[in-house]
Amino acid sequence: MDKLLEILHELRPELDYAHNDSLIDGGHLDSFDIVTLVGELNDAFDIEIGVEDLIPENFNSVAAMWSLIQRLREQV
Amino acid sequence: MNRYIIRKHSFSLVIGDMPINVLEFLEHSAAVYPDKPAFADEHNSYTFAQTLHIAKAVGSRLARTVQPGNPVAVFMERCALAPACFWGAVYAGCFYVPLDAQLPEHRLNLILQTIQAPALLVDAKNAAMAQKLRFNGELVRVEEAAEAAVDERTLQIIRDSTIDTQPLYAIFTSGSTGVPKGVLISHKSVLGFIEQFTETFGISADDVIGNQAPFDFDVSVKDLYATLKCGATLCIIPRQYFSMPARLMAFLSQHRVTTIIWAVSALCVAASLKAFDVQTPLYLNKVLFSGEVMPIKHLNTWREHLPEALFVNLYGPTEITCNCSYYIVERNQPLTGSLPIGQPFRNTRILVLNKHNEPVSEGAIGELCVLGSGLALGYYNNPEQTARAFVQNPLNPHYPERMYRTGDLARYNERGELLFLGRSDYQIKHMGHRIELGEIETAVNALEGVRSCCCLYDENNQFIYLLHESEGLSEKDILLALRQTLPKYMLPQRIIALEHMPLNKNGKIDRIRLREEYVPGKSS
Repeated sequence: MDKLLEILHELRPELDYAHNDSLIDGGHLDSFDIVTLVGELNDAFDIEIGVEDLIPENFNSVAAMWSLIQRLREQV
Repeated sequence: MNRYIIRKHSFSLVIGDMPINVLEFLEHSAAVYPDKPAFADEHNSYTFAQTLHIAKAVGSRLARTVQPGNPVAVFMERCALAPACFWGAVYAGCFYVPLDAQLPEHRLNLILQTIQAPALLVDAKNAAMAQKLRFNGELVRVEEAAEAAVDERTLQIIRDSTIDTQPLYAIFTSGSTGVPKGVLISHKSVLGFIEQFTETFGISADDVIGNQAPFDFDVSVKDLYATLKCGATLCIIPRQYFSMPARLMAFLSQHRVTTIIWAVSALCVAASLKAFDVQTPLYLNKVLFSGEVMPIKHLNTWREHLPEALFVNLYGPTEITCNCSYYIVERNQPLTGSLPIGQPFRNTRILVLNKHNEPVSEGAIGELCVLGSGLALGYYNNPEQTARAFVQNPLNPHYPERMYRTGDLARYNERGELLFLGRSDYQIKHMGHRIELGEIETAVNALEGVRSCCCLYDENNQFIYLLHESEGLSEKDILLALRQTLPKYMLPQRIIALEHMPLNKNGKIDRIRLREEYVPGKSS
């Protein structure tokens, strides 16, 4: 989880990740952020985020992202 | 009066005489396709007849309190009702200034201060924010105006005094002094450009256009007016779908989108996120893009999956009404190097001039300058900047002839096509937006604790670098402060604190040294 938070803080340090559960739906992370984030998460956690995983439900909060990472790690 | 004569059987147009007001497009489409969906978003859809009625209602409401010739700010979501509100302002004899609800308060105030609008149209979602803005005019709620009684007599009186050189809209772009510039465009410019645009690319009533660009961004002018002129349908794509390729592709197929006129960055994101792994939009046959240089690898991804589609690279700043040149990408032709910006649209002249204001010799680099009826009227309430950018054609000493200096560098290739070669100043194209690096620097310098700063752009990675010398300011502090004054797309991605800002022998910030030391790749 710390690594995920580190990546997110580096990406957009001004966002309050702890209290935000609409990062995508609220427009806080945009399409450019997602392109960068997907690449960073793939490298950091040795996972392959597929296009089918790119839905708001998986990126709206830190918890949702962490759950996606856990699921993809189990699949490896 | 509608100036078109409609052929009974074919529905094609014969122009009796030239239209002088864009409302003639709306009235024509409402007469021919009254019940056809014109503008649709996630929640609502309006036919041409409904759009016409709402525009007239809004126009009647505004005409009660606003004199023709004035700006009307339109502060609302990018939704299917917004176009009718724009044209409501036009029915009232005014010009509209779209304000994006995503912009920070400070920037909205700067725009409002520049235009001094007597009225601001606002929807329910943004009403609370509108109350907080520094605005002394009348706040008019969109929902109330759309229900107003149509006063045909007043609208007709206003209409009878229309001339085609009057302003239609003002769109604000980045200004190097820290204050955005309002580019003022006339009816005549839009009428002329859209005629060429729709004819050149065969846009018709059968098309469904998938809107990506916000309405305060001039890429959307093509969406709005191509829809209006041709009787096509405009589907507004929710912004968050551009982060979620499966949803985006499903949207394009589900709504049978045939035509997209997008910022280059939107096409690149879709290709980067492997959108085509989900599905190929079945009905898409025209892909037009503009705003920055299109990377060939992403364009090839799109071409590979849509081999039958028309791909067009469009070029042009807001000041010449959307675009002044185009390049149709040849089918099955392998692409290498950079994509040309092609040839001028009909009724547009492009000159490539050297620093002595002479046409460059074959293959040489010069500044791209534009002439034609697409030229903006100027920058609203900004005669100095207007005089600097819109100048007398230096090749014509005989009579007044305006020319716009784009500040873009270009040359002709051996096939006579124009190539874009970057900027002659510190303006960049980032995420589809035109940004003056000086505007970011002005905002940073205004922060307490900043002694000096410099912005540079890494074109390869598309990062804005901010190098600063300051006291007690963290990266987070700077970003939090800048979010109050700059739009999100202007926020730097790389922030580097320096102990001492390097200076050159003239005592100015040494941009060359900073670039060499801190910014990888090609940069501005």
